[in-house]
Amino acid sequence: MGVRTWIEGWPAYRQATGTDRLGRGAAVKSGASARLTARTASADTVVKSVCPYCAVGCGQDVYVTGGKVTQIEGDPDSPVSRGRLCPKGSASLQLTTGSARRYQVLYRRPYGTEWEPLGLDEAMDMIADRVIASRRAGWQWESDGKRVRRTMGFASLGGATLDNEENYLLKKLFTALGAVQIENQARI
Amino acid sequence: MQQDLQHADCIVIEGSNMAECHPVGFQWVMEAKARGATVIHIDPRYTRTSAVADLHVPLRAGSDIVLLGGLISYVLSSGKFFRDYVVNYTNAATIIGEEFTDTEDLDGLFSGFDADSRSYDPRSWTYEGTEVQAASGERDAEYDVRTAARGEAHGSGGAHVGTPRTDQALEHPRCVFQVLKRHFARYTPEMVEQACGIPRAAFDRVCAAITANSGRDRTTAFVYSVGWTQHTVGVQYIRAASILQALLGNIGRPGGGILALRGHASIQGSTDIPTLFDLLPGYIPMPHAHTNQDLDSFVAAEGTDKGFWANMRAYTVSLLKAYWGDAATAGNDFCFDHLPRLTGSHSTYETVMAQLAGDCEGYFLLGENPAVGSANGKLQRLGMANLKWLVVRDFSLIESAVFWKDGPEIDSGELRTRDIGTEVFFMPAAAHTEKSGSFTNTQRMLQWHHAAVEPAGDARSELWFSYWLGRLIRSKIADSTDEMDRPVLDLTWDYPVEKWSEERGPGEPSAEAVLAEINGWDADGKPLPAYTELKEDGSTACGCWIYCGVYADGINQAARRKPGSEQSWIAPEWGWAWPANRRILYNRASADPEGRPWSDRKALVWWDADEGKWTGHDVPDFVPDKAPGYRPPRDATGPAAHAGTDPFIMQADGKAWLYAPAGLVDGPLPAHYEPQESPLPNPLYPQQRNPVRQARKFAHPDNRFQPSDGAYGAQVFPTWPPPTG
Repeated sequence: MGVRTWIEGWPAYRQATGTDRLGRGAAVKSGASARLTARTASADTVVKSVCPYCAVGCGQDVYVTGGKVTQIEGDPDSPVSRGRLCPKGSASLQLTTGSARRYQVLYRRPYGTEWEPLGLDEAMDMIADRVIASRRAGWQWESDGKRVRRTMGFASLGGATLDNEENYLLKKLFTALGAVQIENQARI
Repeated sequence: MQQDLQHADCIVIEGSNMAECHPVGFQWVMEAKARGATVIHIDPRYTRTSAVADLHVPLRAGSDIVLLGGLISYVLSSGKFFRDYVVNYTNAATIIGEEFTDTEDLDGLFSGFDADSRSYDPRSWTYEGTEVQAASGERDAEYDVRTAARGEAHGSGGAHVGTPRTDQALEHPRCVFQVLKRHFARYTPEMVEQACGIPRAAFDRVCAAITANSGRDRTTAFVYSVGWTQHTVGVQYIRAASILQALLGNIGRPGGGILALRGHASIQGSTDIPTLFDLLPGYIPMPHAHTNQDLDSFVAAEGTDKGFWANMRAYTVSLLKAYWGDAATAGNDFCFDHLPRLTGSHSTYETVMAQLAGDCEGYFLLGENPAVGSANGKLQRLGMANLKWLVVRDFSLIESAVFWKDGPEIDSGELRTRDIGTEVFFMPAAAHTEKSGSFTNTQRMLQWHHAAVEPAGDARSELWFSYWLGRLIRSKIADSTDEMDRPVLDLTWDYPVEKWSEERGPGEPSAEAVLAEINGWDADGKPLPAYTELKEDGSTACGCWIYCGVYADGINQAARRKPGSEQSWIAPEWGWAWPANRRILYNRASADPEGRPWSDRKALVWWDADEGKWTGHDVPDFVPDKAPGYRPPRDATGPAAHAGTDPFIMQADGKAWLYAPAGLVDGPLPAHYEPQESPLPNPLYPQQRNPVRQARKFAHPDNRFQPSDGAYGAQVFPTWPPPTG
C-alpha cells in the first residue's frame, strides 16, 4: 500500500485528524473490525419461524448461510412480539446448533452398562416389534364386563414442544393401536 | 390475547410472574401501564413483576380462593356487579334444583359426595326441572342420565331438552345469584386477612380497583399461570376468577377476559389436538366404557342439546372419517368401536404406578423429561427402571435417557445399572428450525414455522418418526385377521413423503398434508372453510373441528405473515386463531342485548342492522346473521336454540356459568380447602382438604406426604404465640 494510506491508518494519526479526539472509538477501530458484517446481513436466506420455548409464540427470523443456521433473531413483523426475544429465545441458536445436540441413535441393551451405536432403520424396526408385542401383552377386550378394546401395555409422554401435525399423527396412531395412556406436559 | 392487554384499564396478575416468565408478552402490560392502567400483582413472592406493578399484594400460597371469594362477595354485596351483563349473559337468574345442598349446610361438602369412592355424583347440582351437559371437563358423569332420558324420550323430542326456569329479578332463593351470595358470604374481608394474610387496606384497594375499572366504559383483565393451576383445587381457582370476571362483565370485552399464560411452544396445540388420555381432537371426550355404547349413545351423552356442542355428531363423524376414511361408514357406526375406551383416569401418574407394578412395559418420551420434569422424580425413575423398553426422543441425553447409569438412585446404590433390565433407545430429534409445522400459542393462534435446514445425521422430526413407525407396524401386521388389528389396518395412513434418498433413507412426510387433514375436506376433497360445514352423514372428514378453516381455500392460513405494522391491533392476517380466526372468544358479550357496544371506548363487535350481520374489529364469535332480537322456537335444538342475546355459544344455555351444574368433579362452586400438605387448619370449613383429591391410589413408600393435622412431624417452627412459662 502507499505511504499515505499507511500513515492514515495509524490510530494516532486518525485521532489527531479525525473526530474521535479521545481515541476510544472510530480512530482505533482495526481493519478486521471494520470488515466485519452481521451474520444476518450476509446470510443466503432468512426463514420465518416461531420460538420453541414458551407459549408467547414470538416470531423468529432464522438466518441460513451455506446450508447452516448462523443466527436467530426476533421477527419485527410479529404483532405479538414486535421483534423482541427474551434471553431464552435469543439463545435459540445455541439450542439448535450447540454441542449438547446428538445426531446418532444410541442403544442400551438390557442390563447393559454403556451405550452402543445402532442404525436408525434397525432401531425403527426393533421399536415397531416391541410396540406390537407390548400392545398384545397388555391387551384388554373388556374391563369389568364392559368393552374397552384397548392396551395398557405401553404409554407415551410428550407433546407440548411438538408441532400440531406431529401430535395429530401420534394420537391417531396410538389411538388406533388401542393405547390410552397418552399424556403430555399440559396435565403436569 | 396478549396484545389486547394494552386496552385494559386494570390488570390483575396472580399465580404468575409474567415479567420474568413471559417477558415478551409482558410488553403489553407495560403498554397498558403507559396508558394509565393500574397493574396489580398478587403473589406470595415479590418478583420482577411486582417491581413494576402499582400494587403488590402478598398472600399465603394456596389461599387464592379465599381472596377471589372475598372479591366475589364484595362485588355481590356492594352491588357493583355489571347488572345488565349479569342478567342477560350469565346464568345468574337460573334456578337450581331442590336437591342441591351447598357447603354452607354440609360442613364444606356439596351434596352428592360418596366417601367410599371419594367422588361426587353431580346429579343433585343440576338446574331445576332439567339436567344440562357441560361444554368441557368431565362430561361422562352425565352418561346414564342423558342416555336414559334419550331412551325414554325417543321419538318425542327428548324429555331432557328442557328450558331452565329463571328469575330475572334475581330474588328466588334458589336462583344462582342468591346461591352465590349465600355461598360466598363467609368470604369476608376479615377472613381474607386471616386466611391469606392480606391486610385489610390492600384488600380494599383491590376491590376498589377492579370495580372502578369494570362496567360499560372500563375493563379489567386477569392473567394467570401455573401459580394457579398447580393446586388440588386449581380448576376451582380458574372458576373463581371466571365467576368474578363474569359478574364484573369483563368476559368477551376488549382489555378484559382471563388470559392463561401457558408454558410451552405448542402446549395449547397439544391440548387442542391432544396427546392426552381423556380427549380426542377438538375437546371431544374420549369415550368411557359403558354397556352397549354406540356412536348415538356417545353423542347423546357427551354433547349438549343446544348451542354448538349439539353438533357433536358432525364433529365426531368427521373425525372418524379423517382417521378411518373409507373404512368408516354409516353401516359400521363410522368405526366408533375402533376407539379404545377409558375406565377412569389414565394420567401419567397412574401410568407410573402401572409401570412400578409391571403392568405397563413400554414407554415413549417425546420431548419430555419426567425424571426431572414430573412430580416425584424418584418414582419416575423407579418406574422407568421397571420397564421392558423405553424410547427417548430428544436433542441431547436428558436425565430420563440415562437414568440407568446416572442419577440419584445410582449414586446411592438403591439402583444398580447391572440390575436394570430396561432396554433403552435414544433417538436424536429434529429442532424447530429443521422441520415445518404449526405451533399454537397461548392465545389460540396457530403460527407455521418453516424448516430452514435439514436435520443432520440420524436426527428426524416426530412427524417422520410417527409416520414411519406407523408404516412399519402396518406392514408387519398387514396379513392379520385378528380383530384387534382392524383399527390399525383401517387407518388412513398415506401422506405424501419426500423422496427416499441414499443419504437419509425414507423421506420426510408433508406437514402441510397433515394440516390439510386437520382442516378437513368435503365429499369432493375440497378443503372445508369452516366448522359449520361439517356433516354427520360421513361426507366430510376433519381431524380437529375447532381448527377447521386453517386450510381454507387450500391456503395455509397459519403461515400468513402480514406484518403487524400493516394491520389493525387485532392483526387478523398474522397466523390463524381458532375457532374461525376469532381472536377474542365470546366477543358477542362486548355488545349489549340490542347489539350496540356497551360503550364506544370498548367497542369490539356490533350488529349492523343494514347489512343484517355482526361486524367489528374482530371476527364475531357468533352466528354471523343472527339478529340480537332473535328468539328461538320452543323446541329448537343446536345453535338455533340460542337467542341473539346468548354470547356463550358453547354453553348449552348460552350463558356464562357462574354456577356450574356439570363438568367439574369437585363442585359447582369454588370452595377453599387447604393444600394437601398444609400445616394449618381450614379456617372456613370443617372439611380440610379437597374431598375428591386422589391420594390413596398413589400410596407408595417413596411417595409420602408432609405430615399435617397434628401428626408427628407436622409442627411448624417458629411457633406463634411463643410458649409461656
